[in-house]
Amino acid sequence: MPLNLRELSAKEDLLAPGHRLCAGCTESIVVRQVLLAIQEPVVVACATGCLEIGTSPFPFTSWRVPWIHVAFENAAAVISGVETAQRSLVRQGKLPDRPVRFLAFGGDGATYDIGLQWLSGALERGHHFTYICLNNEAYMNTGIQRSSATPRGGWTTTSPVGKVIPGKREPRKDITAIMAAHNIPYVAQATPHGWKDLMTKVRKAVAVDGPSFINVLSPCTRGWRHELDEGIELSKLAVDTCIWPLFEVESGVWKLSHRPSRKKPILEWIKSQGRFSHLLRPENQHLVEELQVEVDHDWEKLLRRCDAGGPL
Amino acid sequence: MTQTRVMKDTLATSPRVVALNGASLVAEAIRQTDPDVVAAYPITPQTILMEAFSQMVADGRVRTELVTVESEHAAMSVLIGACAAGARVQSATSGAGLAFMWELLWCASGMRLPIVMHLVSRSLSAPLNILGDHSDVMGARDTGWVQLFAEDGQEAYDNALQAVRIAEHPEVLLPVMSAQDGFSISHSVERAEVLPDELVRSFIGTYAPAHSLLDIERPATFGANDDRQFFALHKRQQYEAMERALGVVSAVGQEYGDLTGRSYGLLEAYRLKDAELAVVLMGSAAGAARAAVDKLRAARVPAGLLKLRLYRPFPAAAVAQALAGKRAVAALDRSAIFGAQGGALFLDVCSALATHGAAPRMLSYVYGLGGRDTVPSHVEQVFRDLEAVAREEPALPAQRFLGLD
Repeated sequence: MPLNLRELSAKEDLLAPGHRLCAGCTESIVVRQVLLAIQEPVVVACATGCLEIGTSPFPFTSWRVPWIHVAFENAAAVISGVETAQRSLVRQGKLPDRPVRFLAFGGDGATYDIGLQWLSGALERGHHFTYICLNNEAYMNTGIQRSSATPRGGWTTTSPVGKVIPGKREPRKDITAIMAAHNIPYVAQATPHGWKDLMTKVRKAVAVDGPSFINVLSPCTRGWRHELDEGIELSKLAVDTCIWPLFEVESGVWKLSHRPSRKKPILEWIKSQGRFSHLLRPENQHLVEELQVEVDHDWEKLLRRCDAGGPL
Repeated sequence: MTQTRVMKDTLATSPRVVALNGASLVAEAIRQTDPDVVAAYPITPQTILMEAFSQMVADGRVRTELVTVESEHAAMSVLIGACAAGARVQSATSGAGLAFMWELLWCASGMRLPIVMHLVSRSLSAPLNILGDHSDVMGARDTGWVQLFAEDGQEAYDNALQAVRIAEHPEVLLPVMSAQDGFSISHSVERAEVLPDELVRSFIGTYAPAHSLLDIERPATFGANDDRQFFALHKRQQYEAMERALGVVSAVGQEYGDLTGRSYGLLEAYRLKDAELAVVLMGSAAGAARAAVDKLRAARVPAGLLKLRLYRPFPAAAVAQALAGKRAVAALDRSAIFGAQGGALFLDVCSALATHGAAPRMLSYVYGLGGRDTVPSHVEQVFRDLEAVAREEPALPAQRFLGLD
């Protein structure tokens, strides 16, 4: 099925409406894009988090596909168990051999922090599954606490802006590069604004023979302090400012998916969200400048990687 | 029933007699049950068990997919996913490995997944100690797993096979932990009888779960979240399933006896009927306790032993019945609860007796911590203490440490 709106609009949504995610949340949009992209049957594992809580309040479920949640840190291990069961049962003739796609969804807390070991282990073991990080750059489900995905300078409730400390002091962890360093067949970054890019990447990810990982920036109205209708636009601005570049790593080859025609200054990104509002104070001017240096540095590094076709 | 008899006549009469340690016997049991998925992480003293099983996988002697995970927590995560996907699954661990799984032990039981786990029990750090005691298994006593204890390698093997039937029983659907004492059983070579593969296969049957993640046409949600309206209701259902396990453990143990000549109940009484002084314990120390009972009986001391095979669900009525009319009872725990009025087994025995209207004098002993030897003379000392308290002599300390006091 081609990836066009006419075809996609005729396809059944596998995440039912009526879920309890916040108004303005981009996670359900990402999940629907992911599920619409995949043409084979899927089984989904979810880490504990907003998506899990918002879609499975017993006795209701939003999932029109087989779905499992166990705990916060172990979605990758759980889906690797499901995938192993499928392999075992098919090999023994206990189940018919048919293509099934195995997906895990986790937030940045589940992916960057508490679940990193389980994810790394499942990637190393080579299970055939796709892990999708719904990265909203903080622990939003528990009320906006900092994660290792929170950008430097960002306000959260555990990296608050105080009289002596201006928000989070540490830079983000580059989890996408860490995933690529596992030498798995497919790794990518995406956003819900670039829906066709995201869905193409999902199709590539589920088709490879082995594990794959996609890091999707998922704006959060509550945590980022933006208006309900701004999430998708913000996910575009993140790409245009190069704080969230779109790229993919296919069999170790780094490829830029989109080069902004005009790279926007990071100040536009900072001005767009309440979580950065303190950075606009005169005394924090130097932090904005430092952030720009950081973004520029990371962007140049990415371009060199992509030009070279591999990690430097 | 006729079919069972035929099986017994044709197959059960020819068990293999082997000399193996407890770990190898359980590896053999796993091979014979041929699970769809096994996931495990090595830890002393369980390591030799999984090494033996890995070799069986490498030699193509099982159809199992073995997942060599990066931690015990991942092992249990993999099994929860695989079991929810309709696979028959098993694992094995020890000590800190079980502790690391602790969060997921609750998930496995709460999700009503019939996972079988073989435990080679070991102490918990600190101080670091890799030797046998029951700190790990007793730390998991409230996690909703059925818990079986073995006295020797033969029982560990027999329990391992029965665990599959107990876990998957439609009235139960709970995970089962089958424990053997680290080193004293796992690394001790003993004579044992191993059943023919075909008999094991017919005994455990096939697994056909009502719901599976791989039932694509009937998508099911596993692990939804409960608000205050539903959580307690689900927990009560789980409690009731655990209560039903009592009857299922008995029935499966009986059926196993019909097939093999080795019947199992919830507990085992040794020279207990006419005893006035009783020791209650679980695991490999039962051998030392039997020797002590025999020696004291020869000296006309009315000593008896109660060995529990099933710890969770706690067979309270059977324990109370077995200990009814005794003058003094000592519970021997191979783990300590700090700040409690005695060991976990002691507290369970006390509550069983109290709720069934019996009130013997009760003593609590901790023994065998971190691999410390327990020999018949230690248990004889317990009976001497029981004689003293039965004569209404001054009360002993609430918690005694066997061999240390």
